[in-house]
Amino acid sequence: MSAVGIIFSNIHDRNISELTRVRTMASIPFACRYRLIDFPLSNMVNSNISTINVITHYNYQSLMDHIGTGKDWDMARSSGGIKILPPYISAFANNENELYHTRLEALKSINHFIAGMTEDYVVMADCDVICNVNLGDMIDAHIESGADMTFAVHKKTLTKETAKKNTLITADVNGYITDIEAKPNNFEGEADVLLNIIVCSRRYLQQMVLDAIAHDYKSMTKDILMKTLERRSYKIYRHEGYAATISSMEEYFAHNMELITDPDKYDSVFNVEERPILTKVRNSPPTYYGEESDVKNSLVADGCVIEGTVENCIIFRGVRVGKGAVVKNSILFQDTIVSDNASLNCVVADKNVFIHEGVTLSGAPSIPFYLDKRRMV
Amino acid sequence: MYRKKECIAMLLAGGQGSRLYVLTEKTAKPAVPFGGKYRIIDFPMSNCVNSGIDTVGVLTQYQPLALNEYIGNGEPWDLDRTNGGVRVLPPYQAKSSSEWYRGTANAIYQNINFIERYSPEYTLILSGDHIYKMDYSRMLREHKKNGADCTIAVLKVPMEEASRFGILNTNPDGSIYEFEEKPKNPKSNNASMGIYIFNTKTLIEYLKADEADENSDNDFGKNIIPNMLGDGKKLYSYLFEGYWKDVGTIESLWEANMDLLGKNPEFNLYDKRWRIFYRHNAEPPHKFGANGKAYNTMLTEGCVVDGEVRNSVLSNGVCVEEGAYVNDCVIMANVTIKKGAKVEYAIIDYDTVIGEKATVGGNRADGNKITVLGAGCKVADGDVVPAGEMLDAQI
Repeated sequence: MSAVGIIFSNIHDRNISELTRVRTMASIPFACRYRLIDFPLSNMVNSNISTINVITHYNYQSLMDHIGTGKDWDMARSSGGIKILPPYISAFANNENELYHTRLEALKSINHFIAGMTEDYVVMADCDVICNVNLGDMIDAHIESGADMTFAVHKKTLTKETAKKNTLITADVNGYITDIEAKPNNFEGEADVLLNIIVCSRRYLQQMVLDAIAHDYKSMTKDILMKTLERRSYKIYRHEGYAATISSMEEYFAHNMELITDPDKYDSVFNVEERPILTKVRNSPPTYYGEESDVKNSLVADGCVIEGTVENCIIFRGVRVGKGAVVKNSILFQDTIVSDNASLNCVVADKNVFIHEGVTLSGAPSIPFYLDKRRMV
Repeated sequence: MYRKKECIAMLLAGGQGSRLYVLTEKTAKPAVPFGGKYRIIDFPMSNCVNSGIDTVGVLTQYQPLALNEYIGNGEPWDLDRTNGGVRVLPPYQAKSSSEWYRGTANAIYQNINFIERYSPEYTLILSGDHIYKMDYSRMLREHKKNGADCTIAVLKVPMEEASRFGILNTNPDGSIYEFEEKPKNPKSNNASMGIYIFNTKTLIEYLKADEADENSDNDFGKNIIPNMLGDGKKLYSYLFEGYWKDVGTIESLWEANMDLLGKNPEFNLYDKRWRIFYRHNAEPPHKFGANGKAYNTMLTEGCVVDGEVRNSVLSNGVCVEEGAYVNDCVIMANVTIKKGAKVEYAIIDYDTVIGEKATVGGNRADGNKITVLGAGCKVADGDVVPAGEMLDAQI
């Protein structure tokens, strides 16, 4: 049994446009030193998937920089390894190869590439879900069930607001999907939510893509899955551990903060035996805490110099917090500088932000104060 | 097949480091952890890379497993090259003989084959025992300018300590007229740092002659350098100014770690123009609990701090539980300090567990001696390890 991975790096970009203005969904920084792609990528690597294709669309410079040769995931291989597939527009076509928007369109655009794959199974994943899932187990379950496709789901309690951003799955007692509701407008309560991780056989995917081209289908969920529920057998694979879908700035903020307030959730992502989350190495020195530092309930990456007060924060690599500065409930991206006596509350500072001495900024958990890349305040 | 190199480095990393006692029981001295996430050998290796030297032979002998594993293919230092790169050079069995490295000169002698592959004009000899940042390319420039056969890096040491070092007595132009190994009455305070640049041809000539001499100790300081001086070869000193620390003893290893701390540390790791590279463990960021406190301290990935840490350097994966107190310590990887435990003025090697309410070491200000716990020690709940003790997991 061999499996190949396909990761969609751009699919949900619009949900969190502040952070994806300069990057892909896949390269959004998360939890001090990770990028969102590290989660699907590590899940695949930890399940011995040794060929991974990352489909990308636009804004992919940060993604290419992050992945590099793939060596940090042990994926710099001579056979297999990580391959980035940027949009491919042939020189002589009459512009019919427009940039894709959905997963299915992305797959259609790499049809020739998919036709050449030789592995038995395919695992597809998006980059908007944070979870540490055993894909090997999911593939085994898929093979055993003989289903056409298997979808990872996660039981979640939804409000009307969050339900609107999720795809809900209803399955029968045997785990066969009986209904798919994409972004329902009027749902509240507990439901199985799609984690956008799909397993199927390579031949099935090849056939599906050819079929989609022939029928000019646009969306996998709407044009294929929903219409073929009765003819095909689609099964769910329930992920029991922690899973967080990031579909807005508010959720992004909340899920970062959750890692501090809820040690169990933190452990079920980062402290799973034999399944570490891997990321790019930056060669930072350790973090230095000054004589007057006061740090509580925070996650801090390496290479920082902290001399002020930090509470309930996620601090990325190379951040400086000056003397007398007070930073609370905030997320500071790589190389942010907070000068002496500045005060921040509920701030999300993108890379290389500079906060001058004595400046006070405050947002709210539902609308964090977002400072874009290289902003000087 | 081998591309010619102007200068290659040979890094002597076989030393046992016997004065580090339990810390080098299973690890060669160059592989001893330092500064939270480094090993001692990262400093000469990073210096090489930052100086534009891309071919490094690492000579190993004592307990090479950790060192071999650490160096691996050299990728962290960008030394996984097609032309050159890093090679680990252990002693080997040859057709007519097989032997351990008998001395520094003999170790290089046994690897003349390696040097000749790259036909370098110059060979840089280094040791893996020191913490410093040095641009070897400047030294090489001086070496070429002086038209020297050998250039030795020197450091000004306090006159009263000079008798502990190899002392080079020089003319005003920097040329060396005399070398004295640990002299009783030193004439100068130019201490040799054990860093040499040789013209490769001359080096090989002298190594072969030294090997033929049965009475030789096969040592650079004792034999090769005095022989070259005796023959009237051109030897020059190269003055190094900056931080340099021999971490050969427990006390100096502790001090060198402490030199990393402070707003303007004596030894600065944050200089982006001279980065120190290291092999990396993928661990999550470090985490502060509700009661965590860290003052004048360095923390790195995987640490979990819910107690109080002062004036200390912690390696990856160290856990300081609620109510625990750590002061003036160097703590290696994956050590757990349980609730209410107190650790003062100590070096704690990896995988050690200090039980609840246990006490290890004593306050430095009260004149206590340093305490050392070897790898994998288990200190039971409530136990007391008195100051100045050195414990081994086997006992």
